[in-house]
This record gives sequence, structure tokens and C-alpha cells, in this order.
Amino acid sequence: MNAPLIGQSIKRKEDYRFLTGGGQFTDDVTLAGQAHACFLRSPHAHARIRGIDTTRARAAAGVVAVFTGDDLARAKVGGLPCGWLITGTDGQPMKEPPHPPLAQGKVRYVGDHVAVVIAETLNQARDAAELIEVDYESLPAVVQAADARKPGAPAVHDAAPDNTCYVWALGDKAAVDRAFASAGHVTTLEFINNRLIPNAIEPRAAVASYSRADDAYTLYVTTQNPHVERLLMTAFVLGLPEHKVRVIAPDVGGGFGSKIYLYAEETVLTWASRQINRPIKWTAERSESFLSDAHGRDHVTRAELALDKSGKFLAMRVTTTANMGAYLSTFASCIPTILYATLLAGQYTTPAIYCEVTAVFTNTTPVDAYRGAGRPEATYVVERLVETAARELKMDRADIRRRNFIKEFPYQTPVALLYDTGDYDATLTEAIKLADVAGFEARRKEAEKRGKLRGLGYSTYIEACGIAPSNVAGALGARAGLYEAGEIRVHPTGSVTVFTGSHAHGQGHETTFAQVVADRLGMSIENVDIVHGDTGRILFGMGTYGSRSIAVGGTAIMKAADKIIAKGRKIAAHLLEAAETDIEYERGIFKVAGTDRKKTFAEVAFAAYVPHNYPLDKLEPGLNESAFYDPTNFTFPAGSHICELEIDPDTGQTRIVNFTAVDDFGKVINPMIVEGQVHGGLAQGIGQALLEGCAYDKDGQLLTGTYMDYAMPRADDLPFFKVATRETPCTHNPLGVKGCGEAGAIGAPAAVINAIVDALGPLGVRDVEMPATPERVWRLIQSANKK
Amino acid sequence: MGIAVSMTVNGKAAGADIDPRTLLVHFLRDQLRLTGTHVGCDTGQCGACTVHVNGRAVKACNILTVQAQGAEVVTIEGISRDGELHPMQSAFRDHHGLQCGFCTPGMVMNAIELVQNHPDPSEDTVRAGLEGNFCRCTGYHNIVKAVLAGAAAMKR
Repeated sequence: MNAPLIGQSIKRKEDYRFLTGGGQFTDDVTLAGQAHACFLRSPHAHARIRGIDTTRARAAAGVVAVFTGDDLARAKVGGLPCGWLITGTDGQPMKEPPHPPLAQGKVRYVGDHVAVVIAETLNQARDAAELIEVDYESLPAVVQAADARKPGAPAVHDAAPDNTCYVWALGDKAAVDRAFASAGHVTTLEFINNRLIPNAIEPRAAVASYSRADDAYTLYVTTQNPHVERLLMTAFVLGLPEHKVRVIAPDVGGGFGSKIYLYAEETVLTWASRQINRPIKWTAERSESFLSDAHGRDHVTRAELALDKSGKFLAMRVTTTANMGAYLSTFASCIPTILYATLLAGQYTTPAIYCEVTAVFTNTTPVDAYRGAGRPEATYVVERLVETAARELKMDRADIRRRNFIKEFPYQTPVALLYDTGDYDATLTEAIKLADVAGFEARRKEAEKRGKLRGLGYSTYIEACGIAPSNVAGALGARAGLYEAGEIRVHPTGSVTVFTGSHAHGQGHETTFAQVVADRLGMSIENVDIVHGDTGRILFGMGTYGSRSIAVGGTAIMKAADKIIAKGRKIAAHLLEAAETDIEYERGIFKVAGTDRKKTFAEVAFAAYVPHNYPLDKLEPGLNESAFYDPTNFTFPAGSHICELEIDPDTGQTRIVNFTAVDDFGKVINPMIVEGQVHGGLAQGIGQALLEGCAYDKDGQLLTGTYMDYAMPRADDLPFFKVATRETPCTHNPLGVKGCGEAGAIGAPAAVINAIVDALGPLGVRDVEMPATPERVWRLIQSANKK
Repeated sequence: MGIAVSMTVNGKAAGADIDPRTLLVHFLRDQLRLTGTHVGCDTGQCGACTVHVNGRAVKACNILTVQAQGAEVVTIEGISRDGELHPMQSAFRDHHGLQCGFCTPGMVMNAIELVQNHPDPSEDTVRAGLEGNFCRCTGYHNIVKAVLAGAAAMKR
């Protein structure tokens, strides 16, 4: 019997190939006879296409084909679908204007797809794309969410003349209004949750091929969920049977949400590969990534918290305008609603909450889930309000939180969630200790002597992961299931291959999932291989998003393992000539209870495949089981983040000196990997707070379209993080796990901004916009000094 | 239109007739099929394409292949010996300095040069030295730890 593997920081199985150049990313795939694609993109944010002349491009050297929106329309290629239907407060379904993969009649954002050129070489495709003449009639554009519904704003879509996709609400408005009317104190904030550009370091890419021999397609693509990609593309856009399309997501270089969606490029490539009967490759240039990867966040919010004089929260009222961009991306509609308003209770017992969300179209890149997806925006609302209220009521910021923490579970929030478990007090206490909050005032004074402004900020967040169950999500508008599938194939000599519908693009599933299976089946981790990312090999899957992989995908695998063990028990009973009920199983050993008679897992596996001594009359040979798992509830990771920083008042430069994160992810399978996930999330959260901000000019030109203009967090922008975990196991999955992928990005922005406000509080500053760039901070200090 | 180039790549002679505008990174990836060197930004900022040219860390998307005429080029595929990882590669593995693995080859190649120039680097030196290599997954925490540990291991 092998030692337990759960909870061990086992080194990653995938690292050797990545460290030696052996990773196989989509752009590394080269197929015989492959041609290359270049997409011609709109230079206008909004324009009518009066005509497209492709004559010169078609005649250019090496060009194989040129296609435009008209070609796709003639071939009856459909629009890119949205996977979640939101029903508005008026009872009407959201507006879903068509989203053609290549523009038809109009372009609606800079970067919108106008035509594709396919040529023998990439350079020939690029050169020919420049020869396409598009006759544009430029139209006025609407860019900012706050402007979209103003009278006279240009309409992005005829189907939504007021640019409104939906107006949606959650909560008891009357109860909230009553609580506000009699509240002892009301804290109000207005802010923008800044638009972010995901920037996975691997650009999106696709290689599509068509085989006449079997009338089938193969698509290599940078996706987080190959089965979802296939389902959406075949059933909704191309009208192909699913069994004729194989989608392979090989090694994928980061996703952060941006690779969940069905995009125009791979859809067009798949269709075109049959038209030209050749494989076609496309890889985004970074400038294309900036323009066309779905962006994140972009909320304009007014938020109010009603409290009594003792600091007890009475009600919260939130009004948000969410920018959808020019078209509805795959899951865009559910992010500022189902994944946002439902999180506004945070860790608190606020009895009444009302949130109204208006989703608008603008002439900008589509906006969809980006690491955290709705939950960072909700946490920012709650944690900025709480800390501002504490300051206004002159209460200790930890005390006001403790006074309002949920302490009894399960807990039904007024915004539709049922928290199963947690211990918010414990995570906060540990974070306060780790961050040495007790010593902070002394450090602040010491910093003052050096002319620096030092601040400390908290953020106690909650998230909801593993969106579920499918029937509840369906009632809320989901157009897909939210389960996960897994299969365990035991080989005759006892090693196993595990097939999972989850997809890893940095999360380390090849190690973590192998730990889970090896631990359950009592074998060495070397004898377990994890296969993911191929619809041709894996039975089904919903892929990876929303920190769901271990909680949902891991549970599906556990269920398959339990079926393996159940069958193994029958085989062992036969081999040991005992009753099945007398067989005990523990980590790889089948044993007759109370005796020393036993069979190892490998012996049982061998008997299943070489069934000479086997109950063939009662049991099929072989040992191969699959399972689908549909969770009964969300999981609720939660934690406490504390940020300590210093501001140089002369330059406005903010330096994070300490960042502490204590998170409760339930059971932890591999602490090393979990800590790594937290680090990465924190960097993105700190990036949002201090550095990253997508900017358009008033005409809709993207101003932050390169790494010279969009500030990515670099190694010298960040400190070492202090990270710890506490554990209240999830009550409704067998592993007790909750998920950890997004926590850092959810908790960090509010902690950073709260710390800046703490540092600048003595100057009278009560808010600072994200990203808190040196210029913004410097201006705040200057205007405060003038007062 | 072709131009002949020849150089040594990972200890072996390599040459081809290429389009003069071919960048070194495309020569390595497309001609030599050394796909461990990645393209993350095309504009010299992300560092995923970092290789060594005559012992110096160079962003291979920022130089033409012809500029490496006659040079000694080493890529991520060329730094382990007989299947045994370079100490910097091992340090990245031991300290979980990689997640998705896309920035990793460039990160490792740059880290090796950094340590060659600063055999005993401080945390600040490492952070400043990695400024030209983006990672979106790790928050750099474990990369910095790995480079510090790799530096110590390279001394041995």
C-alpha cells in the first residue's frame, strides 16, 4: 500500500516537457500541405461596408482563397452564439443581435473581422490582405458604458436601438428601500471597475483541416473547453454533425477566461479548410490579441451600504452598467448578473440586497469572463463599501467585518446562494497575524520619517465556484450543462490512463488529478497518466473555467474510481472465494475482513483482462469506468487578503511591501500548486489595481494595443507574497475541495485600493480610481494638498 | 530572393536558403522545428523567444536570421545534457516556477544569462533582470525563487 498522496506538494509531471522545449502548443502543430491565414480587421469602430473588392488580393502571389462575410452568408454559416439567456426585469429575453464570424454590412469595433486571406505562406497572406479594398462609410461610435444609453447615442445594432442588451435585477427592492429609509448611516461610492485585457502569453491560434476520405474535420485550437467549442461550432454555426468534428486543445499557454469562447477565427478556418481542401493555420499577433481576445470587467457602478450606528449592515443597493462590447461573447451575459449580483452578500449577514444591472452594447471588443468573472467586481463593491463605512463610522476595519460575518452554516443569502461552510473569522485572524497588523502603526511612523505614505487595506472575499446544478443553472438561463465527465481506463498490468473533460492550461491537472487517482487506487503517481483536451479521446466535458476543475472534474474522476473499486471488489471476492460484502478496500488492497487474505489492485486488474479465473457468468471482463458528475451546489472558497504598501508622495509611485493572503479552499490536494495559483491570481488582481487599464479614445480606437501602452505586471512590480490556507472542507463533494484558481484576482484589487485610501486618508482622500497609476495618485495628493 | 545562412544551433551546424526578412525565431521554429522557442508578442517585450546568441540572451523575434550568420545559437532544447536538466531547469521544476509553460523557455534562457552576469544575485537583481520576460501565471513569486536557487546550484 502506498503512502497517502492527497495534501502532498508533489513536483509536477508536466514540467519536464515544458522545461526542455517539448511542449506542444497549437502554433507548434504543422500539418502537411498547410496554408496560412491572415484576417483583415476593421480599422473603424463603427462603419458601414459599402463594398469589398478582393480582386487584387485574389490575384496576388501565393493566394489560395479570399473569403468575406458574403461568402459565409451564401454558405449559410450562422452567427456565433451566446451560451446564457438573461431575461430582463420586463420579462423579455435579452437582445441577441447576430454575430457573424466575418462582418456583414457593418463593422462594429476596431479589430472586427472583415475578410480572411489564405495563402501558401504567412507573408503572402499578409501582403495580400493589404490589397483588399474596403469601401467604408465611417459612422459615429459609442465607446463608454456610461454613454451607451444617452439620448442620441449611435446604435451599435438596429435590433437594440438604445444599445440595451437587458436590464436585470436581483433581490427585494422594497425591503432594501425600507432599510435605507431608516438607516443610521449610509455609505455611498461610485466607481468604474476598469476594463482589462487578458493577455495569456500564448496568443490564440488554430490549425483546421478537412479530410475528404472520411468527410471529417480536425481543429487544433487554443481553447479551455474543446467539447464546448465543438458543440457551439457544429450545432449553432456550421451545421455539422459533432461526430465529424474533432477538436484538440494541446498544450495551451494560459487562458484566464479568454480561451473559453468560440471565436470567429477558428470557426472561419474550420469552414474554409473544406472549401480549399487543405489544412489552414492562423496564429494571432499580439496586436490582434489586444483587439480581439474578449476583454474583462468594465462596470460603472453606484453602490450604497446602509448600517446602524453600531456598524451592523442593514442593506445594500447596487446599480451597475456593464459593457458587453460590440457583440455578445459566449458567456458575456451571465458574468455581470448570475456571477456578480449573487456574490454581493460577501462574507456578511446583510439581510437585504438589491442589485440592478444594465448591460449595454458599445463599439468595443466584446467583454466576457476574465479570471474571477463577476466575482472580482462584486468583491470590489462589497469590500470598498465595508472599509469606507468603517472609516466613516471610525470603527476598526477588522472589527466591523467580524461584527457582520456569517457564523452559522449552511447560510442562505438574500441573493440566492446557499453557503455550505466556512470560517471567516479564522481566516481573518490568521491573516492579521501573518501580516503583523499589530506592528503596522510603528511601520507607518517609520515610513513617515522617510517621507513615505504607508497604508494597509483588507479584503475579505467570497467566491462561488463550480457553477451548478445544471437544472438550476438552466432555469437561470444557461444553455449548456454544467457537469463534468471522467473516465478511468485500467490497463491489464494495473497502470491507468485517466480521461478528463477538464482542461489544464497551467493548473497542473496532470499532477493533481493523478494524485487523486493514485491515492484512491493505491498506486504510484507514475502509473497514472491524465489525458485532456481532445474530443476524439475524451468522452465529453465542459472544460475549465470558474475554478471548477478539481471540484467538478476531480469529483467525476473520483466517481469513476469508485466504480472501478466496486467492480474490483466483485472480482476480488471471486478470487478470494469470499462474499462481496466481506471484502474491504483500502488504497489498492482488497482484503477479506478480519483475515490476512488479500489481492492487490494490479492482481485484480490482471484478472479482469485475463479472465481465466473470473465470474464470467455474472461480470463483464475488463476494467474501465466512466462517470458524469453534476454538483448539487456551488462551492464557496473564501479568504482574507491584507495589502500593505508605500506611496512616494513626490512621484505617486505605489510599492507593495507586503501582501498576505489566507484562503480557505477546502481540502488541498497539492499545496505547492495551490499556492502557485494564488500567486498568479494576486498578480492579476494587483495588476488591475495598480497597472492595467484598457483605454479607447472617443472614436473607439484602442489606445492600449501594445505592451508599450498596456502595463502588464512585471517581476519588479511585485513582492514575494505571504500565502497560507485554512480548511473547512466542502460538504457536498467527496474530496471536500472548493477551487483556488481565481481567488487571488478576486480578493486583491479591493485590498490594494483600500490600502491606498488608508495611506492617503490623512490627506482627505476617500477613493482612488483603478488602475491607481502614479499619475492618478500624484494628482490626488496634489489636489488634497491644495485644499 | 533567398539568402544563404549558416550557424551553429545547439552544437550542430544549421543552414538554409531563407527569405532575407526571416526573423531568427521563425528560422528556429519553422526551418529547424525547434518549437521550444515561442512567440508571445512579436514586438520584443514579452521575452518568450529568448535564446542565446554567442552566449548572450537575445530576443529572437527582434533579430533577423542573417544577423546570426556564423553565430553559436543555443535554444531551450540545447541546455540539458544527456537527458539531465540544466541546474536552472531543475530549479524551475523544484520551485514550481512554471505553470502553463509558454513563457518558461525564454524565462530559463534569460535567467541563465542573468546568473552568468550576476553569480550571486539579490532578489532585486533577479526581479530587475527578469523585467523583459512576462509571465501571466505565476506572479513571478516562484520564478524569482527558482532563479535564486538556480544561481546557487550553478555555482556548485
